[in-house]
Amino acid sequence: METVNSSEPSEKVVDEQDVLVEIKNLKKYFPIKDGLFNREKQFVKAVDDISLQIRKGETFSLVGESGSGKSTLGRTILRLQEPTDGQIFFNGKDITNLKKRDMRKIRHDMQVIYQDPYGSLNPRMKIYDIIAEPFRINKTLSGKALEKRVIELMELVGLDPTRRNRFPHEFSGGQRQRIGIARAIALNPKFILADEAVSALDVSVQAQVLNLLVELQEELDLTYLFIAHGLNVVRHISDRVGVMYLGQLVEVGEVEELYKRPAHPYTSALISTNPTPDPRAKREKVILQGEIPSPSNPPSGCRFHTRCPLAQDICKTKTPELVPISEERSVACHFPLIQG
Amino acid sequence: MQPILKVDNLCVDFNSDGKKIRALDNISFDVKQGETVCIVGESGSGKSVTSLSIMRLLEYENGSIASGEILFEGEDLAQKTQHDMRDIRGNDISIIFQEPMTALNPVFTIGRQLMEGVMRHKKVSKDEAYNRALELLELVGINDVKVRMKQHPHELSGGMRQRIMIAIALACNPKLLIADEPTTALDVTIEAQIINLLNELKEKINMSIIFITHDMGVAAEIADKIIVMYAGKVVEEGTVYQIFDEPTHPYTKGLLQSIPTEKEGRKQKLYSIEGTIPSLTDLPTGCRFHPRCEFATDQCRQVEPSLQDVNGRKVACWNYDKVIGKDKVES
Repeated sequence: METVNSSEPSEKVVDEQDVLVEIKNLKKYFPIKDGLFNREKQFVKAVDDISLQIRKGETFSLVGESGSGKSTLGRTILRLQEPTDGQIFFNGKDITNLKKRDMRKIRHDMQVIYQDPYGSLNPRMKIYDIIAEPFRINKTLSGKALEKRVIELMELVGLDPTRRNRFPHEFSGGQRQRIGIARAIALNPKFILADEAVSALDVSVQAQVLNLLVELQEELDLTYLFIAHGLNVVRHISDRVGVMYLGQLVEVGEVEELYKRPAHPYTSALISTNPTPDPRAKREKVILQGEIPSPSNPPSGCRFHTRCPLAQDICKTKTPELVPISEERSVACHFPLIQG
Repeated sequence: MQPILKVDNLCVDFNSDGKKIRALDNISFDVKQGETVCIVGESGSGKSVTSLSIMRLLEYENGSIASGEILFEGEDLAQKTQHDMRDIRGNDISIIFQEPMTALNPVFTIGRQLMEGVMRHKKVSKDEAYNRALELLELVGINDVKVRMKQHPHELSGGMRQRIMIAIALACNPKLLIADEPTTALDVTIEAQIINLLNELKEKINMSIIFITHDMGVAAEIADKIIVMYAGKVVEEGTVYQIFDEPTHPYTKGLLQSIPTEKEGRKQKLYSIEGTIPSLTDLPTGCRFHPRCEFATDQCRQVEPSLQDVNGRKVACWNYDKVIGKDKVES
């Protein structure tokens, strides 16, 4: 990186100490045709050559339409799914090929909160046991100390500890999401993947849970990878945002700047069509034609060219690389909407 | 202008293990010709029950109309038999649902499903129905219409299926279209396409729309009038500008304030309504919103407020003047 031409915009060089998660050329392919008579294997390229850094203490959000590969990327970073190719570093350590047993130790530091507060809690377990489970599995706490910690956690996420002997069905959606959060922070993790963690909640409850996530981040010094399709929520909670389209990152940048001045035509379309609660907002909407193509057979060149209002001939043949256009912004487009 | 639909003091009960649960309690509102009325509220507020009642699909879900009237062009739908309703549903009033994946029949072609409604309600030949189906597909912005006619639902994407649902709903030129969270399952880019389409269609064929949503952002883009529901009651009704400019019910105000917008600083504490919507089997006394309301007084805890006219809109709150007043002080 030392020989960068000074006239070229270059990415801000972040001290290795400040990076918590780094992935390099990460790929995750799912085979779709693997039958006896099909000589050619076909793949869904859910994550196709993605590199990014998540800095300590920040909230990095992934946005994009369904089928863009957001959740697969998140799950692959935690090695809940094995990567097809590429490298994953956590806290400076290469965890790409760690054995299961070693991975389990690292998992103390990386936890997940899922979207569905109804499906992600075992209906036959009491709340107390759900929150105590991480300690029991890791044999870190037991008896009185465990009980004290569970009560502490319940209070921390705003649940009434006297209800600890109840079952999940006795709690509302928002409260269940709090249980999921208590379980996720139980072992004092450094990194939390929140996969559509507030998407299923009603707006008044969503605000409560967002407030809780922000509070916990400050108190416990957490780093979030936040996956969501609600752009208002993303703007509120993120420091930086990555925009995904068909398995690739098309733009990465600081959230306010990216919302105000998107560089990729896809980002611009996403943001302009986001419904705002203001009936007088007469915005110029960029309404995209058609829908996201199938990731098993993505378009040639720039994958977005089939829906892009600015597409030229070169876009059909040459895939644009994700390159920095300023310190905090990278974009993969031949004709970005802004220049640095 | 005479309203095309007038819902008057509608009460709806559901039967659950022999117990009656009142899901709608004295709901009244009307819809004028060419008007889009948005019903907003959180899960459990009764939005969907309202749409099922108008369509009289309630009976298939263990519900029944306890009292009140649903006047559609002067005729009371609440008194109709299911047999009569069959001539109205899909003809004068149509509905589209949230799930475009499951609302279409997977074993029939798109063409057959489009023609079914036309042939059921209008005296037309098969050829005429076929041509009408092609016309409808074009109307909702689908290309290669002849190919689409022969396809089955699984061959189409979510957004495309929702367009087909809209085409089927429009088949007989309904006077009223009920759209029950039609964009909730769709991505924002596709949502924008569908909202655009509905706004265009409304102008083209001058129909009335009841649009049910939990997303105030969507309501802002499509509504002429907004009805806010909470725990089976209408708590506020007004034009889209009245509701967004000066919400008068504390719940409406709270809902709007809970939405993260660019005005709040990033990661700053969001306003949130404490607690959750009460269960219909365990409703609080007095105003149903009082346990979550910052303006609640003893009167609110004891006596339920009714929907009353205030400055050209309707609100059910004892302390609405304080809600408005507080806003003025802040700004």
